Formats: sequence, C-alpha cells, structure tokens
Amino acid sequence: MMIDCVENRLLTSRRGLLLGGASFAAWAYLPKFARAAEGRDPRLVVVILRGALDGLSTVAPVGDPDYAGLHGSIALTADGAHPAIMLDSFFALHPAMPEFARMYRDMQAAVIHAVATPYRDRSHFDGQDVLESGYAGPGRVQSGWLNRALEALPRGERVSSGLAVGPTAPLVLRGNAPTVGWAPVALPQADDDTAMRLVDLYRHRDPALASVLSQGLQLERAASGNDMKPKPGNQVAQMRQVARGAAKLMAADDGPRIAALAFDGWDTHANEGGPVGRLAFLLGGLDGALAEFESGLGERWRDTVVVVATEFGRTARINGTDGTDHGTATVALLAGGAVKGGRVISDWPGLKPANLFEARDLKPTTDLRSVIKGVLQDQFGLSDRVLAETVFPDSASARPMKGLVT
Amino acid sequence: MARDSQAALVALNRFGFGARGGASGDLINAASDPRGFVKAELARPNGVLLEAPGLQSTPQLGQAVFAYQDQVKQAREAAAKAGAPAEAATPADQKPGLRRNLSLNAVATEIAGQMAEAKPIDNKPTDNMARPDAMQPNVAAPPAAKPAPQPLNVIQKTFRAEALARLQRATLVECGFTERLVVFWSNHFCISASKGELARIWAGAFEREAIRPHVLGRFADMLKAVEQHPAMLFFLDNQQSLGPESRAGQNRKRGLNENLAREIMELHTLGVGGGYTQEDVTSLARIITGWTFAGRQGQLGTPGSFVFNTNAHQPGPQTLLGKTYEATGLAQGEAALADIARHPSTANFVAVKFVRHFVADDPPPALVARLRDVFVKTDGDLRAMATALVDSDEAWKAPLTKMRSPYDFLVASGRLLARVPEDPGAYLNGLNLLGQPMWAPAGPNGFPDTAAAWAAPEGIKLRLDIAAQLGARLGNSIDPLDLLEFAAADAASIETRRTIERAESRQQALALLLMSPEMQRR
Repeated sequence: MMIDCVENRLLTSRRGLLLGGASFAAWAYLPKFARAAEGRDPRLVVVILRGALDGLSTVAPVGDPDYAGLHGSIALTADGAHPAIMLDSFFALHPAMPEFARMYRDMQAAVIHAVATPYRDRSHFDGQDVLESGYAGPGRVQSGWLNRALEALPRGERVSSGLAVGPTAPLVLRGNAPTVGWAPVALPQADDDTAMRLVDLYRHRDPALASVLSQGLQLERAASGNDMKPKPGNQVAQMRQVARGAAKLMAADDGPRIAALAFDGWDTHANEGGPVGRLAFLLGGLDGALAEFESGLGERWRDTVVVVATEFGRTARINGTDGTDHGTATVALLAGGAVKGGRVISDWPGLKPANLFEARDLKPTTDLRSVIKGVLQDQFGLSDRVLAETVFPDSASARPMKGLVT
Repeated sequence: MARDSQAALVALNRFGFGARGGASGDLINAASDPRGFVKAELARPNGVLLEAPGLQSTPQLGQAVFAYQDQVKQAREAAAKAGAPAEAATPADQKPGLRRNLSLNAVATEIAGQMAEAKPIDNKPTDNMARPDAMQPNVAAPPAAKPAPQPLNVIQKTFRAEALARLQRATLVECGFTERLVVFWSNHFCISASKGELARIWAGAFEREAIRPHVLGRFADMLKAVEQHPAMLFFLDNQQSLGPESRAGQNRKRGLNENLAREIMELHTLGVGGGYTQEDVTSLARIITGWTFAGRQGQLGTPGSFVFNTNAHQPGPQTLLGKTYEATGLAQGEAALADIARHPSTANFVAVKFVRHFVADDPPPALVARLRDVFVKTDGDLRAMATALVDSDEAWKAPLTKMRSPYDFLVASGRLLARVPEDPGAYLNGLNLLGQPMWAPAGPNGFPDTAAAWAAPEGIKLRLDIAAQLGARLGNSIDPLDLLEFAAADAASIETRRTIERAESRQQALALLLMSPEMQRR
C-alpha cells in the first residue's frame, strides 16, 4: 500500500484553511467601472494550484521527440485506451480534462507553456510566496499581487452577496484591500450580545483582535441564510463544490468580481500516473471546477477570465518512483468567455538534454508575470507602470503579454 | 521575592499552557519565582517521556495495521465469493480502500455537524472543581468512553488513545514548558496522519519515540531518530526511493525519490538559503537510499521496524556540501546527518524558529544570536538552549503579542476549567474546526507559527463560538471571577475584569473570560 504526499496535501491547505482542501476569497468591493460601463462587466478568478503542477503531463508536448523517453511510464500518447486530446499538431491535453478541451475548441481557453515565475529554486514554500506575492524573490511579504492590483482599481459599492465567513485569504489576495471569503461550518454560534461585548473589550485592550473579530462577525452576518453547506465527498467533488459556490456568488449583480481560489495536492513525487491515476484524478477535479464556473456564471461567463497557475513545474524526467520531483517551467491555463482562446502560446525550448534547465527541468521561456499582467491590463485597464512597480515590483522587463483577452 | 503576577503570566502563558484552575496555586507559585517555576521542569528529563497503559511501539502498531488490512481483504474476498457486494462485508468506517480517497475535510465536516450535540470537554460534575483531586486523570477509563455508532478500527482507536494521552499530560503538568517544547519539536519535524493508515497509527508513537526522548537532549540525536523513524520514511516516501545503481534499482528499473532528502535540508536542518544546492539534495537522496522499514512479510526484519536495505542503497562514495562520504552503508547517511546537524546554518535556522515560537514573530536578533551560539558551543544541546531562553531578559520583557494556537487555546481552557479529558473527541473536533487538525498539518512544513496565521477573522470568530458553547455548558457551576484569579489575578486588565463582572450571565462571563486577551495571547 503506497500512499504518498499528494493525498495528505489534498486534505487541508498549508495556510490555515479551516474546512476544505479548496478555498475561496474575494475582493469585498465592486470595481467602480463595473456597473457604469455598458455591456462589459469583467470578472477575474485566479486559481492557485499548490504543490507544483506537472505541466508536461497536463499539456504534453507529444510532438517533441524527447518527451516520451523523459516522461517514461507516465507519458501521455495520442493513441491507446486513454488518448490525450490533441490541441494542435504538437501539444496534447490530458484526457482527464474534456471540459477544458471543449472550451479550447470553442476558442474560450488557452494554454501558456514553458512558463515560470522568476523563482529558480525548488522549495514549495518559497515558490508559492513568489507566485502569490508577485515579488521577484521569496521573502516575508504580507501582501499578494492580486490585492495590490485591487488597490489600484477604483472602489465602488461593497459586495453584498451571501458570503459566509471565509478562511484565511490565500497570500495572493492578502493585503490592504479588504477581502471576504467563504468556508461553511456547522457550529452553534455565539450570540450577538456576547460578541459585541468581546469586540468592546478588544477595542480597549487589543485593537488588532478587535478588527479581526469584527471582520469575522460582519462576514458571517452577510452569509446568514445561504444554503451552501459542503457535503461530504472526495477532493474532486470539493473542488467542484467550491467552484460552484464561488460562481454562484460571482454571478450575482452585487456579487464579487475578483476572486482567488487555492487547490492543494499537486506534489506528485511518486506514482503520479499517466492518463489515469493520481494526477488524472486531480486534473479531473480542476476540469470540473472550470465547468462549474462556466455554468454557474451564466451570462457573465463571457466577461470572465479564469487564470490557473502553480508555483513551479516538475522534472522533465520521471524519478525512480514513477513520479516527478520539483522542477521549473510548467503551464498556465486561461479559461473564460473573455479569453482569446484556441491557442497554445509557447516559445518551446525543446527537451533535448542541452535545452533543459539545469539539465533536468523544462526551461522557462515565458515569464508568468507577463501573462498575468496581460490579463490584468486587458480586463481592468491597469497601466504598465502600476503593473511594473506596484503589482509586480521590479518587473518592467516582463512586459504585459498582448491579446490574451478578446 | 515579591510576587510578580505579570511575570507569572509570562511564565505560564509564554512558556507553558496557562494556569490550572482548582487548587493548583499555579499563578501564586509562578509569581513568587517565575524563572524557577519554568525551569523546574527542565530538571526532570524523564518527565518528557510519555508512557501510558496500552500505548504500543511502532513495530507493534505497524503489525496491527498489516493484520487489519489482511482482515479487511479477507472479508472482502469472502463477501465476493458469497456474491454479496464488498461493502456489505465491512462496516462503513472500516473500508480503507474507500477511505483512502476520502478527504479528511469531509470527515471534519461531518464532525462539525455533530459539534452541536458534542460535549465540549467532558461531562463530569463540576461541583468538585475546587478540590485538587479534580485534576487527577481517570487513567483506567477506556480511551473511547462514548459508544460510537460504528466500532472504531484499530487505527482510529490508536490515534484517539495517543491523542488522549498527550492531552491528559498537557492538562495535568505543572507549567507545561516541556510539553510546549514537545509540541514545538513535533511540529518542526512533523509528519501528517492523513498520509495514510500507517501514518495515522504511527503519529503518536513517532512523537513518543523520536521527539520526546531528545527534547532535553541533543539535536543530532533527535534528527537521527526522526529520519530513521518509519513514520517519517513513510510520510516523505523514502521507503520507495531506490539507488539507481543498487541491486533493487537495477532489477526493478526504479530509482531515487528526493522528497525526504530535500525536506531534511530545507525544513529540518539548514533551511532555505542554508547553503545547499540541488546537487546536494540529490546526493543526500542517494546517501539515504535503503533507509526504510520492514514490510508485512518481514523479509528485511521485524515488520514495521526501521531497517537498512543494502539492496536498495546506492553504492559508492557521495559528495555532500563539499565533503565526501565513503561507501559505508548505513553509516554513510548517519555521518552525513551528524555533519548537517552541526552545520552553522542549522544552528541559525533552529534558533530563529525557536525564538519566533516562544517570543515574537520578529525574533529579537540578539537573543537569536545568543541561542545560536549556545547551540554551537554545546553541540546542539537542546536543554541548554531552552535554559538560555528562560535565562534571557528578552523573553521576559517582550510583550505577550503571540496568539495561542488552537491547540494551546483548547488545552489552556481545559486546564483553567480543571477538566481532564477522558475522551479526545471534542478536542479533535475543535482542532479540525480551528484549522489545526491533530498531527495532520497540510504539508511537511508543519502548522504556521505567527500571530497573523491564527488571529484571522474566521478563526477568532470560531473560537468565540466554541467559548460560547463551553460557557453555555459549564457556566452554571463556575464563578468566572474566581477563574480570572487563577488565570491572571492582578495581572488581568481592568477592562477584562469589568467585562467579566458586567456580563449578563455566568455563561456569558465564562465565554468572555476564555476569549479575553489574557487567555488568547501568550
């Protein structure tokens, strides 16, 4: 019986998530232009995959002559019992992602390959810090790039959908701009009078706790009456469930427009599986979550961009236990009606030994920050300068990628 | 020496698990000699060990899992032969094949649903609260006192018994400094029970066998005990890692898995930026190939015990951090670990983490430097490091700005209420709910250790809900002002005292006391 770290990491997030291996948090305000502008009302969802997604198994370069040898027993193929889905003549999508394939065919999904953050070491925790903080290197930063982007947006009314008390926001959305989240629990609650007395005590003795508790109470009030209690189920069902709940919230006229989710469990060191197996199981969950966004957002899907990103990729060559160790470049996925899709965007570095990064990893040829900056610019009109100085500090060299959004 | 209630709060809350209620006299004792109160526990190294009737060794527990899995398999096969669906053969909670793919969150959600009816701590009569014998545990009581709808399997039973033993110890000890040290080191070298059945049954034994004996001993010894413990080898996949040129690697066409080697350097010793490279990670991975545990067949040794499998070990000398380690089999890895334990980066990494845990999120650099020097000079003597911490001025002068973790909060509440748990259920539920499931952090970096991580809107609101539940159940028979005397006496702020005095009921007063800054900060 071999169970490796993946399953453990399915269970709870690294960052103090309370219930659910998936979390949802959103900006507490509507961008001001959202309601004013006629027609277009942009929405953005950032999905963080923690644990390092194997990009070469998600979107496989089956046309690269070295791929099959490197990925060995877990390599995808265009034929066989579980054929990968050809996206073009070179790249094939994992067969566990039929919904994403359909979006791709409908020109509503795109892949960016051989992409990486500026981080070049292989620690999950530092890698996630760089991915989410938006800084060029790891450090003890307390705000995320998405939060800093929100600070640059004109702030409209407060969102007032049925948002329940949320888990700790993922770092990408942490910072000065206020956020709300959702993590349903079933526990009898303290009454208002007790809560108010405690807030009052904290105001006098411990202002930091006063602010924290007040936020917790406000969010809960906003949430009362919602029916989105999680039901027992597996990780895949939970990913779908969080996405369904998030989509429902975001579809409302006064619901949040900008949100982040984190899914854990992608650290496939052993027995990763090929077209079926552990990674397939997880990718199926991600695919289901994207489908939930599409159906849940309804009319709003056409103004939506979902960005899926991970802290780094995994080794090009499988390790000795039919898995992959920590690597460098990987894929980023875009989905949504606003995506100019049907494309795999890649300056493919090749998988010859000399082309691999440090002779082991897919070499990064695209800066993930360029992709995200491109989306932020097209969706929300953020300027080059704000993107290069505030949102992603010291990133002027990573120019926003043009034309990702219709 | 004059009584110093403020220093007593530091002694009990920063270093320990908070004052016990009842007739413990903790606050008075701590106030008369705060440093002595904390250090008394360091003089009793055997007091760190945890032995309780029924707690078994790692090999015994491993064999119990193997036997359980065989039973389940046989039952399933028998059912298949009889034409019945496999599910009918085993009770719902004893189907490991299914359970493996179930998320623990789903389980936690179920538990949260039951929390309304659950007894917050236990249901003992409360009228004997003031008597010292109220603090005696009922060790004879079976770990799972409440009848469960389904019989617990051996894995669940063991996990609960281990958790109960740890919770009872934490509730009963005087100051709790050594128990806090156990929790610190156990989190530093964490495994996760949610990795699988072996990890779940081994979680408590791992702490008893690899952590506790060395908490007041040498870091190098703890490191070796941890990295050779079957629970760690299982958690970070090393039992699967084969030397590519080893006999097993050649025969089975499998090879290295870097997982354990990387986390040894990144999380257990040197820390990120501690001076190692990818080459070093791979090299250490090769060095510790063959470190595994014997399986159910026992071909390599007693099933469930640590063994060195020469057949899986990468042959030849290896270079790690600039030094060459000759091919000496098991000794090669032991020599490497001993050197890593002595590395200056390790001393620094450990000192920073230690001070951050006990003193402040931003650890005072001078104190870190002093502890690092103690670590280096004493060759990693952890008792010397703990003593230096207690002897420092910084640890007593720094304001109490850290948040109690959910575990600290629940244990401190139980101590103040003088209730020794007889069933771990309510604690385990509470920990799941508050985001710190027992022995099951989400990743190998353990639970977070900053105030910000625990002082989150969700978490504080949930603590209040739990405190309100405790207040509703227990408030009737408790005088909250008496409890405030036990918890903080004249170190309590006027505002806290007034808030409790003016509460509309004893129930409300108890909830407010448990949530007061005096009980939440450490």
